[in-house]
Amino acid sequence: MITFSHVTKRYRSGTEALKALSFTIESGELVVLTGASGAGKTSLLKLIAAIERPTQGSVVVHGQNVGKLTRGAVPYLRRNIGMVFQEGRLLFDRNVFENVALPLRIIGMPPREAAKRVRAALDKVGLLEKEKAQPITLSGGEQQRLAIARAIVNRPAILIADEPTGNLDADYAARLMEMFAAFNQVGVTLLLATHDPQLASRFASRVLHLRDGALQT
Amino acid sequence: MRNFFTQHRAAFVLTVNRLLNTPLTTLLTVLVIGIALSLPLGLYLVVDNLSHIAATSQGQPEISIFLKDNASTSIQRTIAAQLKARSEIKDFHFVPREAALKTLSQHIGLSDTATILGKNPLPDAFVLTTKDLDPDRLDQLRLDLQDWPGVQSAKLDSAWVRRLNAFLRLGKQTVWLLAALLGFALAAVGFNTIRLQILALREEIEVSRLLGATDSFIRRPYLYLGMLQGFLGGLAAWLIVTNAFALINLRVAEIASLYNLNYLLAILSWRDGIIVLVSAAVLGWIGAYLAASQHLRSFA
Repeated sequence: MITFSHVTKRYRSGTEALKALSFTIESGELVVLTGASGAGKTSLLKLIAAIERPTQGSVVVHGQNVGKLTRGAVPYLRRNIGMVFQEGRLLFDRNVFENVALPLRIIGMPPREAAKRVRAALDKVGLLEKEKAQPITLSGGEQQRLAIARAIVNRPAILIADEPTGNLDADYAARLMEMFAAFNQVGVTLLLATHDPQLASRFASRVLHLRDGALQT
Repeated sequence: MRNFFTQHRAAFVLTVNRLLNTPLTTLLTVLVIGIALSLPLGLYLVVDNLSHIAATSQGQPEISIFLKDNASTSIQRTIAAQLKARSEIKDFHFVPREAALKTLSQHIGLSDTATILGKNPLPDAFVLTTKDLDPDRLDQLRLDLQDWPGVQSAKLDSAWVRRLNAFLRLGKQTVWLLAALLGFALAAVGFNTIRLQILALREEIEVSRLLGATDSFIRRPYLYLGMLQGFLGGLAAWLIVTNAFALINLRVAEIASLYNLNYLLAILSWRDGIIVLVSAAVLGWIGAYLAASQHLRSFA
């Protein structure tokens, strides 16, 4: 489902974020990516969604060489990958419902059908009663759950999340991880980046550990 | 197909809402475009009206043939027959010297000019118009006529027609030049407002890209915005010019009535108005397209 072959990512500043990385994630896996901050976790995730392109090597997702995709083809790749970003990246000029509806508007789903999907996604993350609330009024954990609802509303085959439990207390973080595990049970391939190895080991089917841009086994 | 319409309707609704959410900015932008467009539009109407006046008020150049003093009635008849035979002559009539004197007297307001002058100084004349209006051929015809027996001289009064036409051509050229310049201005205004919008909504565009939005999806509301702004600006220009001419027409009617004329300036026709609206919308669209395309490149 996701295959990295000898992937090196060097930024224009000269820093080498990833060094000749090779691994494969099969369909239906729940893989946790660990490593200290600056180890290259975010860079790795960005390569999967073609936010960045590899300097060397190839990244293949769904049989497509992501690094070689044209600008016009990138959106169709991303529609199949749900993303939860480190910073949340919610839009604060619209309510909870509209935030979750955005991916469906992008693919042009008719409003009535979209509304059903949005409510289903909000229900899964336990935010159904807050659909009319403004994101700014939500707690940190609620905002993170909102970001997850937005990532899954389009029913992607792959879900990638960058530090989804970053600023949350341990209890809340565990509940979020349970939620991710539940998605995985219905067939979603998951790749979660976290610096919290304890949390990772409890749920992951496999752990990839990054250090200075290289995989440690 | 259903998706296509859903997306376009959504983009359109979004655009209208954005315009309504910032009424003052919208109003000012529309006014800037409207005023810029009303300048060439107003000038166009002025030139158009002058062309109408030129076309309806004896725009036809005439050739006058003045006969020699001693020309006999038989010579007059010969000339009349010869004029009739020439195919390029559309129409002609004979003006006897007595009639010419009478017209002159009426014009200068003296009832007995002949008494003052002693004798009638005016010659008999023919006045003719031609089918062909080409100035060079008119001049050739004039030279031919001048050589006929019994003809003292032939005069062509096309000079004023030429001058007027030259001025009208100048006016029309100015209109096009102004229209082209202000068309650029319109596209630039569109470009700039769209650029500011894109910068203000940077976060939304970035997130949309990450969620799988195509460039055309992101561009769409901005294209509608540019198009709507242009359209509204065109509408403003139409209203400005129509009201300005309505105001001017009050005075025109007053002046015309002093000359016993029933004359009003023509206002913008529906056809021309719709052309203005469409071209303003197209220019706004172009400006938006350029701005959006330029800025979209900076998003991953």
